[in-house]
Amino acid sequence: MSQRIVADPERKRTLDRSMTTDDDETDLAVASAGVSKERSRPMGLLLAPLGIVAIAGALLVYYDSLALDPDVNIQQASALDWHTKLWPQTVEHLTIAFWSTVIVVLIAIPLGVVLTRPALRRFGPVVLTVANSGQALPAYGLLILFLILLGQGTTTVIWALVLFALLPVLRNTMVGLDNVDRSTIEAGRGMGMTKWQALTRIELPLAVPVIIAGVRTAMIINIGMATLAFLVGGGGLGITINSGLKLQQDPVLIVGAVMVALVALTFDWIGAVAERYLKPRGL
Amino acid sequence: MPDRSMIHLDRVTKVYPGTVDPAVEELTMDIQEGEILVLVGPSGCGKSTTLRLINRMIEPSGGHIFFDGEDVTDVDPDKLRRRIGYVIQQIGLFPHQTIGQNIATVPKMLGWDKKRTAERVEELLDTVGLPAAEFRDRYPKELSGGQAQRVGVARALGADPAVMLMDEPFGAIDPITRDRLQNEFLRLQSELKKTIVFVTHDIDEAIKMGDRIAILGERSVIRQIDTPERILAYPVDDFVDDFIGSGSTLKGLNFERVSGLALSSYPTIKVGEAPEKGLRAMDEANREWTLLLDREHKPLRWLRRTDLQRGAGDMTKRGQHIRAEVEPNATLHDTLEEMLNESTGMCCVVDNRGRYQGVVEISDLTEVIRRLRTEAKEHYDALETVS
Repeated sequence: MSQRIVADPERKRTLDRSMTTDDDETDLAVASAGVSKERSRPMGLLLAPLGIVAIAGALLVYYDSLALDPDVNIQQASALDWHTKLWPQTVEHLTIAFWSTVIVVLIAIPLGVVLTRPALRRFGPVVLTVANSGQALPAYGLLILFLILLGQGTTTVIWALVLFALLPVLRNTMVGLDNVDRSTIEAGRGMGMTKWQALTRIELPLAVPVIIAGVRTAMIINIGMATLAFLVGGGGLGITINSGLKLQQDPVLIVGAVMVALVALTFDWIGAVAERYLKPRGL
Repeated sequence: MPDRSMIHLDRVTKVYPGTVDPAVEELTMDIQEGEILVLVGPSGCGKSTTLRLINRMIEPSGGHIFFDGEDVTDVDPDKLRRRIGYVIQQIGLFPHQTIGQNIATVPKMLGWDKKRTAERVEELLDTVGLPAAEFRDRYPKELSGGQAQRVGVARALGADPAVMLMDEPFGAIDPITRDRLQNEFLRLQSELKKTIVFVTHDIDEAIKMGDRIAILGERSVIRQIDTPERILAYPVDDFVDDFIGSGSTLKGLNFERVSGLALSSYPTIKVGEAPEKGLRAMDEANREWTLLLDREHKPLRWLRRTDLQRGAGDMTKRGQHIRAEVEPNATLHDTLEEMLNESTGMCCVVDNRGRYQGVVEISDLTEVIRRLRTEAKEHYDALETVS
């Protein structure tokens, strides 16, 4: 028996080494893997702007080729005029999307925080159901409902969109906070963090990626839905699309629709960039 | 160690709302300054709850908690916890903060300035054996389990608390790393002299880590609280006996050393001496074996009477090779292990230069075991007469 062990010293040494290997070696492997992952750039974030620029370029070429002249086609020339129609509508469109998203964030994140505290946790499902129904209502119906309540105008659209886009941010805030590893909170509280410190220093930073994903979804919903703002006199690029439909002018319809798509794609990309760079390091 | 109570629990009770049976029932206990007190017991006995009552992560329903003589039952729990180190099994490092920021958590809350905090972080990383230059700016996900647990300990030591609470700190670590971390921690503790309450469900870990062990039964009732030696020698009831399980006598031998024994003496002869001298010595001592020593007094072989009767010649080829040899600082557990390898059933004791000192026989060990039992029993009998 003893002879066999001596006869195979190489094997024994290997065994010894594997038994006593300090975990530092494996750590370095882990560390470098983490670093290399962080350094690698996601191709999507770089490719998306190229795609957006390409579409914008194509639109520009198409717009040029229309050779808008009021004497030739008054309808097209008036509906697609950059200074009096397209640009002001884009600004309106973004204003609606911007304010509705900001208000959603200001309402949904604090609400999500409150609804994940132990004392109010039981109300979470109820509020989620209400927010769910907001999204379940047909957008058109919601707009009309707000039109009846608030009258015509941009404000009406903004509030309707707030109700419509509340759910993704609220739900993601609640899920993001609930998914924070309990042991990190336990450790923080155990070291003497107050509830507020545990929330602001541990829970919210760790929930940021999920919350931002929700905000991004809400923003895209809002940009899309702002197309309906014209229905209640709220302006936006929906006017151009609607004109194209009503006047049966396909070029007007196409330019309007592609403009909305460009705006949506651009902001989705900005959202993706924000998601990536606002994510706390180390996650 | 001066017997000064650092933590005193006075009839602490916890009843969870909606339940009738308390999770912890009227627990009274003292934790002395500078000791490691291990709370051990079967799952669900309330040992973790008890630990969390001390830093009021769970608010007690009754009783009082004293901290260095101060009643802390009603002080601000957040401020209280900043004075107590807290280590949990899952470690709970903050993944979005660097190792340095993690360790600086409590100093930052206490408002230390940047320079003092940075120095403290560096010092602590060195203390737990992680070079500060290499680890301070890493993130927790880049650490192995063992390293993460060391950072967890460093973070708990952040503002140099006098008391540490540890809830199964090495529970989720592989056995080899766990053993190393335990040893490191004991070495650290011998320098830091913190007052530590340590929860585990593993009796072997309790025996290894504890200056004292409290064995808890249901509702966190103390079944026995004493040094590991005495608990192993004298479990007070069947519950404790069952819990420490088989092999308690063997485990107890870990706490006794050869130097504490009166060694048996055996006749010896040196290489080159006449066999008759050895035979005479064996007759005088009435022994069946004699030891052959070399010129430096190192034991060489066990010789029988018949080996000597073969007359003069090379003695080093006769009798039996000595396999079992221990130094005086060896534990009796290791000595027994050596003995089992020796066909004579005896173990030679040599000094640090290998020179013969005496012999340990199996009867010496049984004698020690009997003595330990009697001493522990007398200790408990004395306690009973007092109360």
